[in-house]
Amino acid sequence: MTRIVDSKLIQDAVKDLFIKANTSLRPDILSGLKLARKKETSEKARYCLSVIIKNASIAKKKMLAICQDTGMAVVYLKVGQSLVVKGNLKNSVAKGVALAYKEGYFRSSVVNDPLIRKNTNTNLPPIIYTDIVSGNKINIKVVAKGFGCENVSKIRMFKPTDPVSSIEEFIVDTVKEAGSRPCPPVYIGIGMGGTLDKAVSLSKEAIFRPLGRSNEYKHIAQLEKSVLKKVNNLKIGPAGVRGNTTALGVSVLTYPTHIAGLPVAVNISCHATRSAEATI
Amino acid sequence: MLPALRKQLYNILPFPFAEREKVSVMKKIILPLTKNIIKTLKQGEMVLLSGTVLTARDAAHKRLADTLKSGKKIPVLLKGETIYYTGPTPARIGRVIGSCGPTTSSRMDPFTLLLLKYGLIGMVGKGERSEEVNLAIKKHGAVYFVTIGGAGAYLSEKVKSAEVIAYKDLGPEAIYRLTVENFPAIVGVL
Repeated sequence: MTRIVDSKLIQDAVKDLFIKANTSLRPDILSGLKLARKKETSEKARYCLSVIIKNASIAKKKMLAICQDTGMAVVYLKVGQSLVVKGNLKNSVAKGVALAYKEGYFRSSVVNDPLIRKNTNTNLPPIIYTDIVSGNKINIKVVAKGFGCENVSKIRMFKPTDPVSSIEEFIVDTVKEAGSRPCPPVYIGIGMGGTLDKAVSLSKEAIFRPLGRSNEYKHIAQLEKSVLKKVNNLKIGPAGVRGNTTALGVSVLTYPTHIAGLPVAVNISCHATRSAEATI
Repeated sequence: MLPALRKQLYNILPFPFAEREKVSVMKKIILPLTKNIIKTLKQGEMVLLSGTVLTARDAAHKRLADTLKSGKKIPVLLKGETIYYTGPTPARIGRVIGSCGPTTSSRMDPFTLLLLKYGLIGMVGKGERSEEVNLAIKKHGAVYFVTIGGAGAYLSEKVKSAEVIAYKDLGPEAIYRLTVENFPAIVGVL
């Protein structure tokens, strides 16, 4: 049945989600960090994790940004085909982002042009991905993506006949090369399949999955487990001080792909993985 | 306290008591840095910095370097100075500064050699530097500290004053003068 939703509701939801994502660390990530602290044997690594955990509690209590890089705003919309949005959907998302960054005292980190580089002072524009689904609801997922970890993310187009071990090696090498730049312990999002752009988009969406869960397909879950083990064997550790926790988790999303290709994207997300979700 | 007992306490005490215990054994460094202070530091050592630092990140570095290369005067004196690579969030009312954790230092690598030549002696950021920068830091008797990335809210509590002193038009990338107190860092390169 057709349902009408005022775009103002979507604007408010986007605003609330970005404020929440930037000030309140995801409970699954927080638990992951606490578990990691128990596993660390080095005092330095435990100290860094303690600071990171305390940081989350200060941010929440004082409504401060968890990290000063409050990111570029990425919004995933799953729009039910029986939903009619009264007003302008795209504008309401942008307005929600602008309000969140103003009222939340978040940093405007977006420049108008990749070469001219003038700050837009609003953190606009956001990046919006839309998908049409059945039903009459709208699902909104937001990510405030910092660039410390975005800058070390990678994509490689594998050959269809390349062994899984070479894919694992690529992911592990990407994390190794990143070192302590992406603020470890990180959450590693992997997109496999589709096209070049699809794989990258999946790799970013992958970090929405709560930490601790694995992919529904057994062979992919196995890959996640194996990569996590190898990555933690790098011993980069929290904040790069060496230690047992370089990554909190690995989340893979897959999509069918072409007979000639096997795209693999690695999107690294810092320990301050900031995302939130709501359905209207 | 005996080291063994301290370690045991550290293991059983809940945070934040555990953290206080650890902090109490970290070496305190008073800024501005001098070559003599730097000589006492060891790589990997955890320290607490107190005093003033300048902030600068990508856009400010580029402008500083361009100005120096064109033979003009820059608005700050780099001699004996420490630069913290950060771009804070705006301060809420009643607060000194917003979140202000470190940004990735290697992006500043192309400008660092020049700034070292002009007397820069300390840097605070996150992540590894290029081999070229590491060598230059050693050559100049300077030091690079790393601090905890993504702990911007925690680190903002260690900042006691903040003032924009140059390049205001760069917004979050402006050069600030910060006064920090017991700001945690790890000796990275010296």
